[in-house]
This record gives sequence, structure tokens and C-alpha cells, in this order.
Amino acid sequence: MDFSVVWQYLPMLLQGAWVTLWITVVSLAIGLAVAIPLALARLAKNPLISSPAYVFVLYFRGTPLLVQIFLIYYGSGQFRLELTDLGLWGFFRDPWFCGVLALVLNTAAYSAEIFRGAISAVPRNDIEAGQACGMSGLLLFRRITMPKAFRIGLPAYGNEVIFLLQATSLVSTITILDLTGISRQLISKTFAVYEFYLTAAVMYLVMTYALVYLFRVWEKRMSGHLQERVVNEPR
Amino acid sequence: MTSALSISDLHKSFNNIEVIKGMSLEANKGDVISLIGASGSGKSTFLRCINLLETPNSGEVRVNGELMEMKTDSKGNRLPADQKQVDRIRTKLGMVFQSFNLWSHMTILQNIMEAPIHVLGQSKAEAHAKAMQLLEKVGIADKALQYPDHLSGGQQQRAAIARALAMDPEVMLFDEPTSALDPELVGEVLKVMRQLAAEGRTMIVVTHEMTFAREVSSKVVFLHQGMIEEQGTPDEVFKNPKSERCRQFLASSY
Repeated sequence: MDFSVVWQYLPMLLQGAWVTLWITVVSLAIGLAVAIPLALARLAKNPLISSPAYVFVLYFRGTPLLVQIFLIYYGSGQFRLELTDLGLWGFFRDPWFCGVLALVLNTAAYSAEIFRGAISAVPRNDIEAGQACGMSGLLLFRRITMPKAFRIGLPAYGNEVIFLLQATSLVSTITILDLTGISRQLISKTFAVYEFYLTAAVMYLVMTYALVYLFRVWEKRMSGHLQERVVNEPR
Repeated sequence: MTSALSISDLHKSFNNIEVIKGMSLEANKGDVISLIGASGSGKSTFLRCINLLETPNSGEVRVNGELMEMKTDSKGNRLPADQKQVDRIRTKLGMVFQSFNLWSHMTILQNIMEAPIHVLGQSKAEAHAKAMQLLEKVGIADKALQYPDHLSGGQQQRAAIARALAMDPEVMLFDEPTSALDPELVGEVLKVMRQLAAEGRTMIVVTHEMTFAREVSSKVVFLHQGMIEEQGTPDEVFKNPKSERCRQFLASSY
């Protein structure tokens, strides 16, 4: 094994890692914005609202992400004329757009299920206390249900974030030079398979644990009420 | 004079089982009405119908003379006609729950300031000053910055009372406020409630604390199987109950 070759191409690998992180963060941000209304739609009593959301979640959780990426990127080519008419072809021929779109839809489906569960798990007592104070509708959701559900769902959402970081490696299949993509390119140039994939693995590991750490800090900040009491006095 | 609270011919069923079978109750300003009765007699359900945490199937609820408007939907369910009105009236009905129902992710102070700021639109400073004053009153000002889970049950319930008082309610509804407490903590909560009664607060109290009902109430109502079986002044009900049911209940519980 000769890691000097890795050292030589380190800036390119770091560039790839940056792409991976960028795609992860952008997909997460947009995915989260889609997931919350989606979770509410899933909880809606009206089947006209809840069933489309259910079908969406069913599809994106029930099929492999790789297939979703291929469908959006390669599949859209078959509808080139229609997409051109709609002025959307410019988007769909761009692998970045297709990759991020697939990741967004995928993470939105998973996150929506996490939030749906969390919202349902908010104790009835908390809701009633809010109602009894004159809260309802959006105010009740914004001030009581949502903050509580967020705390309940945060650990599970942290897992989803890590999963998404790993899943971004799939966009390398549609020409994007993320950490995986750039590693593969460098390997075909240098034949140092083990060295580059091992380095990439370590970089994924570092990014993953950075995220784990961030979520741990965040959870801790969000849950002062679950911490040991600092004040020393009898109850 | 309009009564602070007036309920007439209230019915409530769960899954076709009628648990409140036509109850009426009037509370004038300053009244302290204790609702007593065995478990399952409908006391809590009746109380929860007053602020529409349960929707009554029929009957009228008036707060300060204002009728809570109800409607019937296409499936025959009774619903509040105007959620805004419900919200507004609920701010006038302070509710204290059996299990406190404090928001566990907020400090005691945040719990108390939450609704005055976001429902009544008070400024932070105003809500803060009021909250501290109320915490002082219920004797837990030193706990303001702690989370509910770090307090004893009695302290939590006093915080919950302060939260209800922060809305400046016209009527206080207490749903078995001491039933979830250890016996030695019951006293501190009852003390606060006695103080409120002495200040002339209008209170409807569902309780198993017969001593409280007897000493503090202006009126005692005994419920049996979803109906008012007996009502009167504490002396009338406790010393000389007319109904056999009420006599049995009092004999067994006190």
C-alpha cells in the first residue's frame, strides 16, 4: 500500500468531500421543508389530503434510492420534448438537479414518517393544557405540538441525516464527482483502489461523526428538562 | 345579575353510553362549588364539558351570560360553531388538571408566560412581572427557572394554578387537583386553593377532599350516575343529606 498517491490527490478528495457535504445539507434543508407539510398531510382527516401523501411516502420508502435517481435522471430523457415544452428540460438534464431532487424526495418521505410519529406521540395532556389556555389551530401547533414533536423526533431524525449522508454516494452514478465519484475517477487513473476507497471511507466516517456530535449537542440543548438537576437541594 | 357560569341540561355520551344525563349548574361570582361523587359519576366529564375539552351532545354553557355557540355537522356530531369564540371563552376559564399538564420542555416561568404572551398578546415584561408575582403567591418563586420534572407534585400543581391564574380567568375549573399527589403534598395545594376562595374567586372544584369541600365551598353538588343527586350548602349536604346514595357515599369516604 502506498498512501503517498492519496496525499498527492488530497485536494481533489477534499473537493469531493465538500460536494458530498453540500449535497447532503441542501437535500436535508429542502427535504425538511417538504417533510413537515407532508407529515401534516399524512395526519389530515380528509382522505383527499392524506392519501396522496400516503402514496408519496409509500413509493419513496418502498423503492431503492438508486432506482429513483435513475428514473429521474435517465428516465426524464424519454420525455425530453414534453419537458422542453414546459421549460423544465434545462433542469432535468442537469445531474446535480436530478440527484438533489431524488435525495430531497427520498429524505422527505422518511422524515415525514418520523415527524408524523412524533406529532402523534405528543402527549394529549400537553395539547389539552394549550387548548384550555385558549390556543387552537396554527398557534397551538406552532407553540406546543411542534416544539414537543421536534424533541420527540430529533433522535430518529439524526439517524435519517446520517443515512442521507451515506446515500449521497449514489449520485456518483450519474456523473457527479462527490467523494465517491472522485475516488473512483482517481482509482481509474492510479489503480490504487484500496488506498483511495479507504481514505474515502475515513472521510465519510469523520463527516458522520461530526453530524452525530452536532445532533448530540443539539439534543442536549433541546432537552434541559431531561437533564439531571444541577441545583443541590432537597425536593 | 348574570351568573359567572350557567350550564343547563347538559348531556354527554361516549359511544352511545350516556355519562352526563342532563345536568344544570349555576355559579355566581365568588361561588366555590365542589363537585363530589364516586369515580365514574361524571364529575370530570362534566367539568371538561364546561370549557369544551369534551363536546357536550346537548345543553347550553354560558360564561358571563355569553352562550357557547354549537352546531351539528353533516354526520350528526356536535361541534363548536366558532373556534374563535371557544378560544376567547377558554381564556376566561382557568383549568387545573389532575396530572398538572405542565409543558415539560418549558421552565416553570415559560409555562406561565406562554399563554399571556401568545394568546392574550401581553408584552414579555408584563407577562414576566405577573408570572413572578403569581409564583410568589403560590410560594414557588425560587423554582421559576426550573423544569416541571424537577419539582415535586405539589409544586407542579401550584405552578399549574399560577399558569391558570396568569390568564386572569373569571372562573377557575379544578379537575381533581390533588388526586395525583402524595398525601403530604395535598395540603400545600389545598392551602393555595383556600386562599383563592378567600379572595373571592369563582371556582368549580371536582374533588375527593371532603374536608375541603365542606370547609371552603359555598355549595356542594353530589353526582351519581351522570345526574345531580343532591346539592346544597356544605351543611345541608354533609350533615343532613336527603338522598340515600349521598349518605352512603359520605359514610364510606369521610
